[in-house]
Amino acid sequence: MTSYSPSSTASTTNQSDICLSLENVGISYGSNEAVRNVFMDIPRGQVTAFIGPSGCGKSTVLRALNRMNDLIEGCTLKGRVLFDGQDLYARNVDPVEVRRRIGMVFQKPNPFPKSIYENIAFGARINGYKGDMDELVERSLRKAAIWDETKDKLKESGCALSGGQQQRLCIARTVAVEPEVILMDEPCSALDPISTLKIEEMMHELKKSYTIVIVTHNMQQAVRVSDMTGFFNVQSKADVEGKVGCLEEFAPTEQIFNAPSQQATQDYVSGRFG
Amino acid sequence: MNGTSAGAFQRSSLTFRPQLARNRWNAVFTGLAGLATATAVLPLVLVLVYVLIKGGSLISFSLLTQLPPAPGLEGGGIGNAIVGTLLVTAIAALIAIPVGVGGGIYLAEYSSNGSFASFVRFGTNVLAGVPSIICGVFVYGLIVSTRIFFGQSYSAMAGGIALAVLMIPTVIKTTDEGLKLVPQDLRLGALGVGATKMVTITQITLPAAFSPIATGIMLGIARAAGETAPLIFTALFSPFWPEGVFNPIATMSVLIYNFAIMPYQAQISLAWAASFVLVLMILAANILARWLSHLARA
Amino acid sequence: MSLDSGPDLFTLRRRPASDKLADRSFRWLSVALASLVGLVLLGILLTVISGSRPAIAAYGLAFLTTSNWDPVGDQYGALTAIYGTIVTSALSLLIAVPLGVGTAIFLTENIIPAKLRNTFALMVELLAAIPSVVLGLWAIFVLEPFLRPFLGFLYTSLGWLPIFSTDPQGPGMAPAILILVVMILPIITAIARDSLMQVPPELRQAAYGIGTTRWGAILQVILPAAVSGIAGGVMLALGRAMGETMAVTMIIGNSNNFSWSLLAPGNTISSMLANQFGEADGNQVSALMYAALVLMVLTLLVNVLAQWVVRRLSLKYT
Repeated sequence: MTSYSPSSTASTTNQSDICLSLENVGISYGSNEAVRNVFMDIPRGQVTAFIGPSGCGKSTVLRALNRMNDLIEGCTLKGRVLFDGQDLYARNVDPVEVRRRIGMVFQKPNPFPKSIYENIAFGARINGYKGDMDELVERSLRKAAIWDETKDKLKESGCALSGGQQQRLCIARTVAVEPEVILMDEPCSALDPISTLKIEEMMHELKKSYTIVIVTHNMQQAVRVSDMTGFFNVQSKADVEGKVGCLEEFAPTEQIFNAPSQQATQDYVSGRFG
Repeated sequence: MNGTSAGAFQRSSLTFRPQLARNRWNAVFTGLAGLATATAVLPLVLVLVYVLIKGGSLISFSLLTQLPPAPGLEGGGIGNAIVGTLLVTAIAALIAIPVGVGGGIYLAEYSSNGSFASFVRFGTNVLAGVPSIICGVFVYGLIVSTRIFFGQSYSAMAGGIALAVLMIPTVIKTTDEGLKLVPQDLRLGALGVGATKMVTITQITLPAAFSPIATGIMLGIARAAGETAPLIFTALFSPFWPEGVFNPIATMSVLIYNFAIMPYQAQISLAWAASFVLVLMILAANILARWLSHLARA
Repeated sequence: MSLDSGPDLFTLRRRPASDKLADRSFRWLSVALASLVGLVLLGILLTVISGSRPAIAAYGLAFLTTSNWDPVGDQYGALTAIYGTIVTSALSLLIAVPLGVGTAIFLTENIIPAKLRNTFALMVELLAAIPSVVLGLWAIFVLEPFLRPFLGFLYTSLGWLPIFSTDPQGPGMAPAILILVVMILPIITAIARDSLMQVPPELRQAAYGIGTTRWGAILQVILPAAVSGIAGGVMLALGRAMGETMAVTMIIGNSNNFSWSLLAPGNTISSMLANQFGEADGNQVSALMYAALVLMVLTLLVNVLAQWVVRRLSLKYT
């Protein structure tokens, strides 16, 4: 598995369909254990949703997928996260390279305090883009369904847009560097319903070319956009004080919401707790 | 299977390659920043080491309790300068604390951001930027040359006032900022049970903001204790024990300045010894202030 | 328990007049104390302006452009001190800004563990607490002797440049510049560090999220976002450097003979004041006041410029 080459992963159809694979992942902040024992195979070219109550570690797991947790001091990971069969946490892996191939959209829209055009071009440039920048900016903004609103004011600050527009700009910025995977951390939680709808529509388009992993608080959203759903829960463990997050169930979305195999999942999706 | 990898971006393996330009630049910049930090910390270490070695070795009971020797003679001490520094700093604190806290209370509690308040804020900033030697010139013109205190010219009082002028902006700012950190609910709560504004401020908000204000004042006092420029021609210097607040007085900082450029070894040694005592006092005050604010936060 | 607690339980239902009076006096007291700031500032201005009037009348603007400072002949020109003030503060800033900003970055980004970072940050802050006069003493007996061979080398190898054209013989502008660097470095570092820490974490994440390296994020996103605060700190440091007196006075040599050379002894306005004001009389006092006025105008300009720069550079965040 360590001697990775693109052709070897395609040896079996089953394996090539797996984009990200979590093997017994546990994450701690200092001495605080946030989540443990996560096993999960995230399929390629589909939308995977993470749902669960607050504090269950779903965002933590998401951020582990492109090593954003490296930025948090004292955050450690046990187990393995395999991307196309390669361990992202191996000693010789460059986290910068990881983030270029696994992009991220954050909970709070965070455009750079630069022009709309520069917001897109910045990432492309540092990723060594050699092509026509104007064309790339337009293509990315179109993909994020924000071209019509911004085409006449590309020189204006990205921070002057509304919240929903800012978030779509951030998605365009992520799409512009052509990652293979896009991680979305509650991308709609700060937005109004209309902006939310626009972003959901866009995700249906995006999943044709990208693998998407989304954390959401909104179960309807998970039903609307995702193919697979992972339900995270908090459990009391005998060996630690307080509660630790874990992956309760991971299955096709339809199954999670209609016929879950776990009682806790049933309780959560039917709104009995959480 | 992977439609996007055929795009305009070159895909490379995930392996960290130190020879990449971006990783090389990263290492270069990190090295430069580390070097800058080392350079910034180095003078503190060097100065402290020298002051500890050259000054600390001289410290004795007689040095702390005797008067400086006449030029050319050996021995002697810095007793009068230690007393003088404490006295002048105390005068400065006694003036600057009420004025500064009062001004800070006005800014934080009474001013409604009108033109007078913004004038006071602007004035505070400008006063904080006035070179300390100019404060000395001001007090010289106001007090020393006019002999306003019982016909006395140079005096501990004049020195204290000059230091107070330096301290006031610091105290105003820390009081203003400290009071603004007090939650509005606390104020409304007190006013809501019928307390007057004065009672609310003196018994609720000021105590609640005690720690940041005390920290700021402590740091201000520490800084004033080490100031020399405003004292050279206000408090002047005296080779004798203090003779009350309306006479010239010795301070450690002026002693260091005067003795450092004398051609006598005894005086230069005393300058190092005074540096040792002064630095120790000031660092202790700083650490105390930090500990105070840390204590309140915990 | 009865809801009606009766009128006699509260004896103070009606506020006594003294209560109102105390409240009002307290307010006016605070206003009076606050206006003291204005009074002091006015007093400083009046003292300096009225003190300098005879000199302004006698020497006019030529005071600023001549370097003949002659108490015996009663002729005064402050060019040496003005040149010294501007050159020492500008050059010390030139050295201290990269060092200070570099240090601030090193102590905010997670390059080394937090414990170590905070220790270093504390040390830099404590450096600011060391009295100027102690640094001056150290400069006389440690820094300057240590530096002299290096400065001598500058003279022998680059002596054809006007700024290195004299043989270093002890105190001079160069050691004064270095001691100023030591004094303003903590200011720049502290303010730059504050500004960097105030950059919203979302912005940092955004940069890392699209795959910048650490220094890509710092140089292209984080520093530009913090630049207004840093620029404000730099201007503050410039003001401090121009007004700094003791350490400079002790090491600059206090010579009123004009020289372009950084290796020669020189003077600054504040060190001239420290040196001569106490023993001056007659026109010399007025000439010194005139110099003090020039210093005040310079620092005031820097302060105003600082506020303008900060407003100009500050970026808008949502």
